[in-house]
Amino acid sequence: MYLLLAWRNIWRNRRRTLITLASVAFAVFFSCMMQSMHTAAWGNLIDNAVRFYTGYIQVHQQGYWNDKTLDNSFENQPALQKKIAGSPHIVTVVPRLESFALASGTDRTKGTLVIGIEPEKEDGLTNLRNKMRGGSYLKTGEKKVLLAEGLAHFLKLSPKDTLVLISQGYHGSNAAGKYEIAGIVKFPSPQLNDQVVYLPLAEAQWLYDTGNRITSLSLLVDDPEQVEAITESLQQELNATQFEVMSWQEMMPELVQSFEIDRLGGEIILFILYAVIGFGIFGTFLMMTAERRYEMGVMIAIGMSRLKLQAVMFLEIIMLALGGTLLGVLLSLPVIFYLHYNPIPVTGNLAELYQNYGMEPVIPFSRKATIFLRQAYIVAIITSVLGIYPIWFIQRLIPVTALRN
Amino acid sequence: MPEVVIRTSGLTKVYQETKVPVKALGGVDLEIREGEFTAVVGPSGSGKSTLLHIIGGLDYPTQGQVEVGGHHLNELNDRELIDFRLEHIGFVFQAFNLIPVLTAKENVEFIMLLQKLPAKEREARAVQLLQEVGLGDRMHNRPSELSGGQQQRVAVARALASRPQFILADEPTANLDSKAAANLLNMMAEMNQREKATFIFSTHDQRVIEKARRVITLEDGVIVSDVTKA
Ligand SMILES: Nc1ncnc2c1ncn2[C@@H]1O[C@H](COP(=O)(O)OP(=O)(O)O)[C@@H](O)[C@H]1O
Ligand SMILES: [Mg+2]
Repeated sequence: MYLLLAWRNIWRNRRRTLITLASVAFAVFFSCMMQSMHTAAWGNLIDNAVRFYTGYIQVHQQGYWNDKTLDNSFENQPALQKKIAGSPHIVTVVPRLESFALASGTDRTKGTLVIGIEPEKEDGLTNLRNKMRGGSYLKTGEKKVLLAEGLAHFLKLSPKDTLVLISQGYHGSNAAGKYEIAGIVKFPSPQLNDQVVYLPLAEAQWLYDTGNRITSLSLLVDDPEQVEAITESLQQELNATQFEVMSWQEMMPELVQSFEIDRLGGEIILFILYAVIGFGIFGTFLMMTAERRYEMGVMIAIGMSRLKLQAVMFLEIIMLALGGTLLGVLLSLPVIFYLHYNPIPVTGNLAELYQNYGMEPVIPFSRKATIFLRQAYIVAIITSVLGIYPIWFIQRLIPVTALRN
Repeated sequence: MPEVVIRTSGLTKVYQETKVPVKALGGVDLEIREGEFTAVVGPSGSGKSTLLHIIGGLDYPTQGQVEVGGHHLNELNDRELIDFRLEHIGFVFQAFNLIPVLTAKENVEFIMLLQKLPAKEREARAVQLLQEVGLGDRMHNRPSELSGGQQQRVAVARALASRPQFILADEPTANLDSKAAANLLNMMAEMNQREKATFIFSTHDQRVIEKARRVITLEDGVIVSDVTKA
């Protein structure tokens, strides 16, 4: 009967209740959409950025990150790779040897970034094969190279032509080699597109005379949210005087910063939205109590304990909050699911920008449960705080005074 | 002679909240015996409501003692007073006694729910009482669908439902036409006999006063006459 009482009380003023429910639902809907977009967009961006090159985690010789020279390379021991690959959450371990070289075509020369890779593993991390724009992909053991499109264009080279690389090798030795061009790859980012040369790891090691050495191991993990923990435990496993283990957050601090700024902006919008809705809810609470002052006076007068009356009022508040939240989630669920599978395409400059960062030009939506749960928490907290008012109102209601009206 | 169940001595009430303190009761000494059917009369502002509120444990006196059914109300706190009212007092106010969202029957059941009576018993008693007050066919109507007189009958049924020792009715007929007022008073008198509750009601309606066996007249917060019919 208390439940019945609460239920009927809510519907005494149908319009007000509907407005309250709708405003809570709207806030929840809007925040779900925003958060879904934010989570997915940044998840994508980070995944792209990470898969684009660095991987989620990298292992280097201690000191390499601050001084990227071949002198800071390390032995590519199978035992080390095995140990890392065997750690929890690690999906792929990709070795690379990176350095610089002068590349010459028929009549032009340009400084390039040379990357020695294990072709299959590299493809597993960066989907390099998908970036092919002519020719064929690298095979281990071949004495061939992949050329970035812009660089090939500048050097006026195409597949089957010959590329000459000249550089300085490990410990100052001379480095020079002639390679057939196996294929052309296209990068969305102009910097990479104008200067990258890939060659098989063994060839790069031969060119630079490094023996079995590499400059980095890039790791792919199965749970991006655990990167920091994984990084920490790996660093503990590996000898810290010899190796540095770095997360993408450490390697790309600008990305973390933009993420934080964007997140904060979103939170501020949500805060304002919820503040507005909160005032609306409070208005409803004010009316709910004021218009029932006399009636509540009667109830206390005939012997209803304040606690019971407060419980009924609280039930009403919960029904309103829960109803609004549920409505908002139910509204946003189909929309978010639809947009998750059919993301909104972006066009124009923005599309180009996305592509430059190696991303699909769409606005993605995430359907993580935490997004919806978070809104429920927020509404629960807001209404419980605002709900203090009616509770307090009942606590100090003096029946004789209420009845004097 | 039945025993004295309500006893006030030197009951004084001064409202301090206003700029000029108002003396609503100025030393009321009163004894009421079990089963009496008493009217408190007097002009508006003479202190009738204040007296009923203090006897009913809704308000504290500024001075003086009040003992109701063996309970010294001065000594009870807010929570104890609420329990006291639930168990010992049935209230009928001037108007709007009922919970608007509950039906007549639910309103009567509600007070027994507060007393934690089992559902079967609540239901049976609510039905019986509503039939006794002549509303057997309006049990499932909400207060807004009932006339003023019918609403007051439901209020009396509710007041009786908790089997209180005392029924306190503050101008229960003030908003009723004279026929409805007479009906209500007849019904209350009948209930007074049947349910063995002690009734005190206030009124300034001359036609209603005649129904009472004892008439206490208040003026400016003091008793100016106290007449019991033979
Ligand atoms: N809460 C209050 N504050 C100030 N004065 C009050 C209050 N309640 C009642 N009074 C005053 O006390 C006097 C008695 O009031 P009341 O008991 O309601 O008389 P009655 O019921 O006979 O009309 C009146 O003068 C009234 O104005
Ligand atoms: Mg009065």
